[in-house]
Formats: sequence, structure tokens, C-alpha cells
Amino acid sequence: MSWLNFAIFLPILYAVFIPFFYKKVSSVHTGWFVLPIPLVLFIYLTTSIADIANGERFMHTVSWIPSLGINFTTHLDGLSLILALLITGVGTLVIAYSIFYLSMKREALHNFYIYLLLFMGAMLGVVLSDNLMVLYLFWELTSVSSFLLIAFWYQRDKSRYGAQKSMLITVTGGISMLAGFIMLQSMTGSWSVREIIGQAGTLSDSSLFIPAMLLILLGAFTKSAQFPFHIWLPDAMEAPTPVSAYLHSATMVKAGIYLVARFTPVFGGEATWFWIVSMVGLITLFWGSYTAVRQTDLKALLAYSTISQLGMIMSMLGIGSAALYFDAGSDAFKYSSLAVLAALFHLINHSTFKGALFMVVGIVDHETGTRDIRRLGGLMTIMPITFTFAAIGSFAMAGLPPFNGFLSKEMFFSAVLTASDLGIFHMQTVGLMFPIIAWVASVLTFVYCMILVFRTFTGNYNPEKLEKSAHEAPIGMLIPPGILVSFVVVIFFFPQTMADYILNPGVQAVLPLENANYYTEIKAWHGWEPELWMTIAVVILGSLLFVFLRSWQGVYSLFPREWSFNTVYNAILVGSEKSSEKLTGKYMTGSLRHYLLYIFSFLILAVGTVIFATNGFVIDTSNDAPVNIYELILISIIAIAAVGIIFAKSRLTAIILNGVLGYMVAIFFVIFRAPDLALTQLVIETVSAALFLLCFFFLPEWKKENVTRKVKGLNLVISLGVGTIVTLVMLSIQGNRLFDSISSYFEDAYKLAGGKNIVNAILADFRAFDTMLEILVLAIAGLGVYTLIKLKSSEGEDRRESK
Amino acid sequence: METLMALLVGLLFTVGTYMVLSKNIVRIILGTAIFSHGAHLLLITMGGLKGGAAPLLDQGNDAFVDSLPQALILTAIVINFGVTAFFLVLAYRGYTELGTDDMNQLRGNKDE
Repeated sequence: MSWLNFAIFLPILYAVFIPFFYKKVSSVHTGWFVLPIPLVLFIYLTTSIADIANGERFMHTVSWIPSLGINFTTHLDGLSLILALLITGVGTLVIAYSIFYLSMKREALHNFYIYLLLFMGAMLGVVLSDNLMVLYLFWELTSVSSFLLIAFWYQRDKSRYGAQKSMLITVTGGISMLAGFIMLQSMTGSWSVREIIGQAGTLSDSSLFIPAMLLILLGAFTKSAQFPFHIWLPDAMEAPTPVSAYLHSATMVKAGIYLVARFTPVFGGEATWFWIVSMVGLITLFWGSYTAVRQTDLKALLAYSTISQLGMIMSMLGIGSAALYFDAGSDAFKYSSLAVLAALFHLINHSTFKGALFMVVGIVDHETGTRDIRRLGGLMTIMPITFTFAAIGSFAMAGLPPFNGFLSKEMFFSAVLTASDLGIFHMQTVGLMFPIIAWVASVLTFVYCMILVFRTFTGNYNPEKLEKSAHEAPIGMLIPPGILVSFVVVIFFFPQTMADYILNPGVQAVLPLENANYYTEIKAWHGWEPELWMTIAVVILGSLLFVFLRSWQGVYSLFPREWSFNTVYNAILVGSEKSSEKLTGKYMTGSLRHYLLYIFSFLILAVGTVIFATNGFVIDTSNDAPVNIYELILISIIAIAAVGIIFAKSRLTAIILNGVLGYMVAIFFVIFRAPDLALTQLVIETVSAALFLLCFFFLPEWKKENVTRKVKGLNLVISLGVGTIVTLVMLSIQGNRLFDSISSYFEDAYKLAGGKNIVNAILADFRAFDTMLEILVLAIAGLGVYTLIKLKSSEGEDRRESK
Repeated sequence: METLMALLVGLLFTVGTYMVLSKNIVRIILGTAIFSHGAHLLLITMGGLKGGAAPLLDQGNDAFVDSLPQALILTAIVINFGVTAFFLVLAYRGYTELGTDDMNQLRGNKDE
């Protein structure tokens, strides 16, 4: 096992020891024992940055199910490295933050850190796995651990609701992704992403190509909270803030982004992929920023802003996929690849500032007791450091210099402007839509960023509205967001270093072509380009909108809150539950007659259809034995007795008629030369009749069946159907005899078994096993009868069941 | 003869089904008894009713009727008897415990 494989399993294995630390070393916050794990992994991963930048790739395999081609194959390239560094880096900071955020006394820390480590291992597994099945395994493991983390405060209704919602949505996507993976495997014959990418050009003709693409995209969109599957993310904010910062801004929601980037070499260059990914991304971008402005809860605002930013990254990946349409050396390729570079750049930037913002909101919540914007205000002088961090994070998110968000937003504008000039995929006609949506969404982004900073930290301080008197957070809680915001600033000043070492290998992994002419430069100042004018316009219009927020917020009440996707989700959930209950109640009536009707109808339909579909029905009377008068008389007696039972007014008549039936059958056995059967039948029929009579002594007299004519008619139709089917089957068998009986073998009974009665020889010698078990049946029946009569449970216990 | 038997067995199954679909538990048990008669007749008919002696050796016969279905039916008769006897006692016990022999009232628990 190589270190890379071990890195995935280290957090999961280490999780086993957490309860030990929690129980035995209870004086120290358990988080301190967890902290080294992501830190060690982060340092380990940084050692490979230089190698990756030099074009090296690491691949290691540990066998799991080799016969099915499913192995723990890890593959480290530029793209995986970016994600892995984020997971371990932000993970370290989040754990450090959680040490000060979560109380040692009140919280079940061991649970928290086990779930978190499980999640970390699973997430590393997702980004490092090369095998599709293993990727799926870790993918679902992230869903499960995220479910556990969201419902960490499981006593709260909302936590459980949010956890269930995120579980249902992400697992639905996960299952569809699995189907897509299986299609990919059946197209290519390989589970390895690497090998599938190797066959990329040959796949697009396959009939499974588009279905596989759509299913995998569904998985990516649900995980990354893309429109309209974004609804789980705001509800997942019921999780503890470190979880929101880690899972719902920096890592898990980027799993879908990672998946899209990973499969761009397979599906990219196709119009379908380009359109779906970039349009869903743009719609999500717009919808997320539009909805974020109306939020009053800080975490909900951040959730919608995350949705919006994820949409932005997604749309850039979609635009960047167009690069694969062009020749690798061309200028068109170069300018399309800019979008991929921007996507990866913003992916990192977003993790830094959004992680910091979540931590800031956590601090505000922790120190004031509320996250409601309407109750907060004037915290700037009380919490100056927190305010600084919030301002840096928000301005970066809004895309202002001198923060890293400015660079990636500028590049985003370049990407959409390039996209509108693309001469392919019908972009000539509708291309202008891209920059317009992007620009409008950026204005709204600016507005909610300003709300986040100024509504929380400026204005009037209202101590009476707060649960606690506000004060600055402890230093331990400030260090992790401090590190993140320092990255926000540092990246702005040294973007090219970042691009050279981390981003460009990532771009090469997303667009893996030989001798490709990649776009590699990130500059803080690129002259008076259209992008800059767009940003200036964003700032001006955004400021105006923010200042006059009150006067235009009426827009949001145009559509009532009920018209949301949450309503749709709840309606689907409640509706499907109700309708399935209704459906089940409809046919599971509890009445034996109904169930028998279903069974008999199915029998009639199934057997009848088969007989006629296979032309199995043949009437062939040529093999029939001749009929004589005795048999005719017997047949008519049986027929009359049988029909008579139905009309019997008293049960005594019925039982006698049944006896007549039984004795007539015995006589049939005589005529058909079956002496043993005749004997048995006579005896058994006598005993049965006696048993029936015995029971009647205890049972009430038959009441007249009060059933409607309709019920009777249906019963009659079904009965006739069953009878007809049985007759048809018998006639068909009679007409389709394929080979002779094997009974001539038994006619040697004397020689083989020493018996002259062939039937008895069969029963006791040739097929004695049947007889043994039949004796067992009788014995069990006897025991059962005895128990039923003898065993009486106490009164109270007995009634319990029937109530 | 076989065609006639097929019609007879069909009739028996019709009557059996009709009885089983009724509400009274004894009628249902009677229905199952009629089913079993039908099944036994079906088995022996399908073995062939053509001439031939009873399957006993050393009686001076060369051709016998098919002996295998007879063995099968014998087993079936006994099993059927066991089941019917158990059913009847179950109906008796059910009536003494629950006070009804009407299947419409024997609908199980509410929260099933």
C-alpha cells in the first residue's frame, strides 16, 4: 500500500480511536487529537506540488476485487491535488476552529469528530480515486457522513429535516451517477477513469453516450447544489458552523464540480455537455444571488451565495469544455481554456473566502446568540478583528481589489465574453446572453456581500435584541479565519505563483491534450479592458441597489414564498407518501376474498395468455379412452353433488354432498384401476366427514350470505374463469403429449424391490423419501391440532393480538 | 373420456373457487376439499385412462395403468387430509376465541 492510498484511509482508521480519547482523556478537548491528521496529510500533499507542476503523475493500486476490475487505484494529478489540498488544508483550519467553537461540556465531541474524519477520508477518496466503483463508494460515504453531520444536533426537528432532505437529494443523484458509471464501463470495458479518458474520442457515437452524460451530470448537479437541486443546501445550515464551513462551502459541494471537471475530457467538446453545464451553472449563479439578497439569516445568505458561486464555477467549466472542440494549438483553444483556469482559480478562492465567512458568522452567532440580520448591527467597534475578516471575505466575494475574488471574477467576465464570441454550438445567436446573466448576477452578488458586512457590523448596536452581550471572540477562534483571509490577500498579490504551481497542472488535467496551447497567465492589472468596465459598473449599480434596498425589495414579494422549489420538494415528499398510502389502502383491504380475487385473476390472465400466445391449445381426442355408461353416471353424480354444495341451505347438506363427492371419487379410483387409492380415499373421506361434523357441533349454523348480486356475479365470473383455465390446461396437456411415461420402469418392481404391488413399491421403496416426509406432515398436523385444542394462553395476552 | 374428465375437473375447480370466495370459513374449507378432489382427478386423468390392469404383478396381466400418478395421489390425499384436519380445528379454535366465523370480520389489526 502506497502512502497515497494510506492517506485516504488514515482519517477513517484514526476515527476508531476518537472515542478512546474522548472517554479516557476527557480533560483535553478531543479536537486537539484530531488536528494532526489533516495537518500531516496537508504537509504530505504539499511535498508533491513541485512534482505535479513538473508534469509527473502518481498512480498506485491496491487490489480489492481484481476479478471485477474494482481496485483501490489512486491517481494524483493537478486537479486531484487542488481538491486534496483544499480538503486537508481547510480541514485543518476547521478542526482548529471547532476546538474553540464546540463546547467540551455540552457536545458529543466524539461523534462529531468521528463523522468529520469519516467525511474527510471519504472526500479524499472521491478526489483521488481512479476507479469508478471506488469513486462511487466514497461518494456515497460523503453523503452518509454529511447526513450524520447535518443532524449532529439530532434533538432539533430542523436538523433532522435538513439531514433527510440532503440525504434524499444527494443519494438520488448518487444512484443516477452510478448508473452513468455503469454505462461508461459497458461502453469502454474499463472502470478506470484514466483508461476511459484514453478512449474519449471514440465514445460519442455510442448510443449510451448521452444517457451516461446526463446521469453523471445529475449526480454532479445534486451534489454541488445546482439549480433546481440547490434546495438542500440552505436547510443543511442547521449543522454546526464548522460543518457548514467545511462541507457546505469548501469540500463536499465541490465534489460535483470535481466530477464535472474530471469527466470534461470524456464528454467535453460536445454541444450537449457545453450547453447543459454552462446553462445550469449560469441559472444557478443568477438564482442563488437573487435569492441570497432576500435572506435575513446570515447562514442562509451564505448558503445561497455558495449556491451562486458554485453555479459560477460550473458555468466556467461548461464554457471551458468548448476548448476540446478546437485544435490544441489554436488561439481558440487558448482563450477557451481560460475559462477552465478561471474555474479552478475561483474554486480555490471561493474556499478561502467562503470558509472564512462561515467562521466569521459562527463567531457572530457564538458571541451574540443570533444570526438574524434584523437583530444584529453595530458590531464593528465591539468585534473589530471579526469585522475585518468579514469585510475582506465579503469584498473578495463581491469581486473587489485587492482580493483574490477580483481576479477570478475578472477572469469569469473574460470567459463569458469569450464564450459569446465562440463560433460554435449556436453561440453566434444567443451568445450575448452569457455575459448579461453573469453581469446581473454579479451585481446581485455585490448587493448581498454589502448586506453581509454592513447590516451586521455597522448601524446601531442593539444589546436588548441579543441573547448575550457581544464581545470579541477568543484568539483560537480568530486564527483559522485569519489564515484564510490572509490567503485571500496573498493570492491577489502573487497569483502567477499559484497559477504556475497549482492551477496550470489542474488545467492540464481537465484538458489533457498533447502540445496544447494553454492560457496560463493571471494578472492583477490587464489594462482598461471590457472586464474592468463591467466590474466598475457592477460596483456602481450594486452600491446604488444596496443603498436603496428598501425601495426595491418589493420585487421579492411579487412571487409569494410558497412558490419555491422547497414547496415542490415538500409536495413531492408528502404527495408520494400520501398517494402510496392511499394506493396500498385501496388494494390491501384486509379481506381474504379480495386477495384471492387478485390471485385467481392473475392466474387466469397469466395462464390464459400463455396458452393462447404459444398456440398451446389443442383439442386432440384421438388418444382418449372410450366412455362407458358407468363413468357417465358417475360424472353426472359428481357434477350434481358439486353444484349442489353451492346451493346447500344448511351446512349438513353441504357436508353430506362433500361426502358424496369423496365417495364418488373413490369409485372413480376403482374404475380407473387404483385399488390403493380407492381404499385410502374411502377411509379418509369418512374421517374427514366425521371431523367436519365434529366441528359443526361447536360452530354456529350457516347464516345466509348477505352479498349483493354484483359480488356474486364477480365470484361466479372468476370461478368460471378458473374452471375454464384448468379445463384448457388439461386438454392442452392431453393434446401435446411429448414422450411416454417412465412407469414401465416401475413394472419391474418385483425384480428391483421384491414387491408385487407396484404402487406400494413406489411409495415405500422407489420414492420412499416422499412417504417419510408425508408422515412428518401428518405428525405435525396432529401436533398442531393437539396444541390448538389444548394450549390456552391467559386471557389478557390473548386479546392483545386481536385488538 | 379424458375430455369429459377435463370438463368435470373444470367444474370441480369452478365450484371450489366459488366456495373459497365466500365469507364463511367452513365454506372456504369445503372449497379447498373440492379443490383437492379436482386435483386428484386431474392427476389420475393425466396419467392416462387407457386400458390396462391394476398395477399389481402376478395377476396374469401384461399391461398396467400408469402407477406413478397413483403413488403421487396417495401422498397428496394424506397430506390434504392433514391440512384439512388442521384447518378445521383452527376454525374451531378461532371461533371459540374470536366469536365469529365470518371472514369479513376477521380482518386483522388496524395498523397492519
